[in-house]
Amino acid sequence: MKSIRGLADRYSHWVLLMPFLVFFTLFILLPVIFAVLLSFTRYDSIQSPVFVGLQNYLDIFTHDTVFMQKVLPNTATYALIVGPGGYILSFLLAWVIAQMPRIPRTVLAIVLYSPSLLGSVALSTIWGVLFSGDRMGYLNNILYSLGLINEPVAWLTSAQTLLPIMIFVGLWSSMGVGFLAMLAGILNVNAELYEAAYLDGVKNRIQEIYYVTIPLIRPQMLFGAIMALVNTFNSPGLGVALSGSNPTPDYAGQLIVNHMDDYGFLRYEMGYAAALSVVLLTFVWIMSKAAYRMFEDRD
Amino acid sequence: MKCCIKIGPERFHADQIKFFIMISPFAAVMLLPIIYVVFHAFKPVDELFAFPPRFITLRPSLENFTRLLHTANSSNYPAALYIFNSILSTLLTVVATLLISASAGYVLSKKEFKGKRLIMNMNQAALMFVPVAVAVPRYMIIKGLGLMDSFLSHIFPLLAMPVGLFLVKQFIDQVPSSLLEAARIDGCSDYGVLFRIVMPIIKPALATVAILSFQSAWNSVEASQMFIENEKLKTFAYYMTTVTSPSGSSVAGQGMAAAAVLIMVVPNIILFIIMQSRVMNTVAHSGIK
Repeated sequence: MKSIRGLADRYSHWVLLMPFLVFFTLFILLPVIFAVLLSFTRYDSIQSPVFVGLQNYLDIFTHDTVFMQKVLPNTATYALIVGPGGYILSFLLAWVIAQMPRIPRTVLAIVLYSPSLLGSVALSTIWGVLFSGDRMGYLNNILYSLGLINEPVAWLTSAQTLLPIMIFVGLWSSMGVGFLAMLAGILNVNAELYEAAYLDGVKNRIQEIYYVTIPLIRPQMLFGAIMALVNTFNSPGLGVALSGSNPTPDYAGQLIVNHMDDYGFLRYEMGYAAALSVVLLTFVWIMSKAAYRMFEDRD
Repeated sequence: MKCCIKIGPERFHADQIKFFIMISPFAAVMLLPIIYVVFHAFKPVDELFAFPPRFITLRPSLENFTRLLHTANSSNYPAALYIFNSILSTLLTVVATLLISASAGYVLSKKEFKGKRLIMNMNQAALMFVPVAVAVPRYMIIKGLGLMDSFLSHIFPLLAMPVGLFLVKQFIDQVPSSLLEAARIDGCSDYGVLFRIVMPIIKPALATVAILSFQSAWNSVEASQMFIENEKLKTFAYYMTTVTSPSGSSVAGQGMAAAAVLIMVVPNIILFIIMQSRVMNTVAHSGIK
């Protein structure tokens, strides 16, 4: 008994770290490794996997016309607008409310933050009703009464409008924890540094943001960028939930994640789905490298 | 120049009006859909069917909520069961995540040992981890562990939370090591230091992690959709997908869906409002250097 206690004390750091490491390995590290391994196989979840080399990747980029014509452009458009767009919006809104006294600032922070609390299910319910395709839909009703349309528009099932709506909803819910971090960062900048900067020739608020605020809160900017990135890719069900079908109508709202679900859980082509997830992880990784490049402390 | 640098001002000043004007369209766009859901959830049936649709509810009623709670879905279980499952799994997830993150954060912040750098780098890389990207292998791991159709499959996949560990570790970095040394000299073990000294000091960070963990557990449909077949064990977020998607276009269904959204969102917002000053205090240390 005594020796067990002795050991527990001597290796306390490993004892305390162990639960995290176990769950981290099981549900984050191993899944990524498995995805990579599986991506080199053909696997239908019943028979054992067959090694096929780079065949899945070749298929993705040469045979999968849906991927090349719809999924890839959709994902790129969505990610490049919602990721950086939501991030810049978060920073600007954080900066604007940082100019206000405490009470309105806190209220507005809560208001701006609250959409990010909704999961994709709640998101698609709210916006599904607002954009609903019959005359009862709010948007249709407003446009109709303004005389802008004669027929109700099927916003969520039409190939032209689904992706823009997804982007809008993505931006709407992008003021998450990164936004709060940047707000806290802006509020913590020492006022004397601004005074010094104005003495050194900073002339207006835009220069002030560029030369003083951003460099000083660079660590929070980087954290915010990573959070924006994760948030962008982590609301997978949006297009499917809004339109009510996977695949989405004419693949208009199909993102890599939906394509993956389609192959993995509807067609049971697990190897192919795994190759798609490796492509997605690579995509996220490249974007996060770009964020590090921009904001990492260079000295 | 001169006086005009007023970030985080003490009181209102006419100069600030332009910022209020700038922010108001954004605040409106953020808030209106949420207000609309609140109104919608309390509309009685005849108002739901009103044409043209009206934003405001004239005679608020709890009809939608009672219908939601009593209407069984296709498998004959009432919503109350799903709500209970959600509360239980969320509670367990939050408590376990707090313990796991606090103990790992303490070790990574205040202890020196072999392999520490590697673990910290892995966690930092995992900040950008997107769980949905590896849905297929996660499914295989759950299956391999024999957790299919088990209530634990709601909880286990959410416990390692890189952002949570990161925030807690950054926060513990601010706690002076001398304080912990003093406790050790008084005969406290590492466990004692963690539970008696570190945990109370880092309450703001723990509150923040609790909120983030609550959010991911409360909104999660992963386990109910993929790991669990037994209807009795599924969660409310999953139940919502069954209320909203098939009947999404029917107007009566919309009232229930709005009530369901409220049940999903209100706990999140209330928690955040209660803890917002602690959250701000924590994320101020969130920078990645």
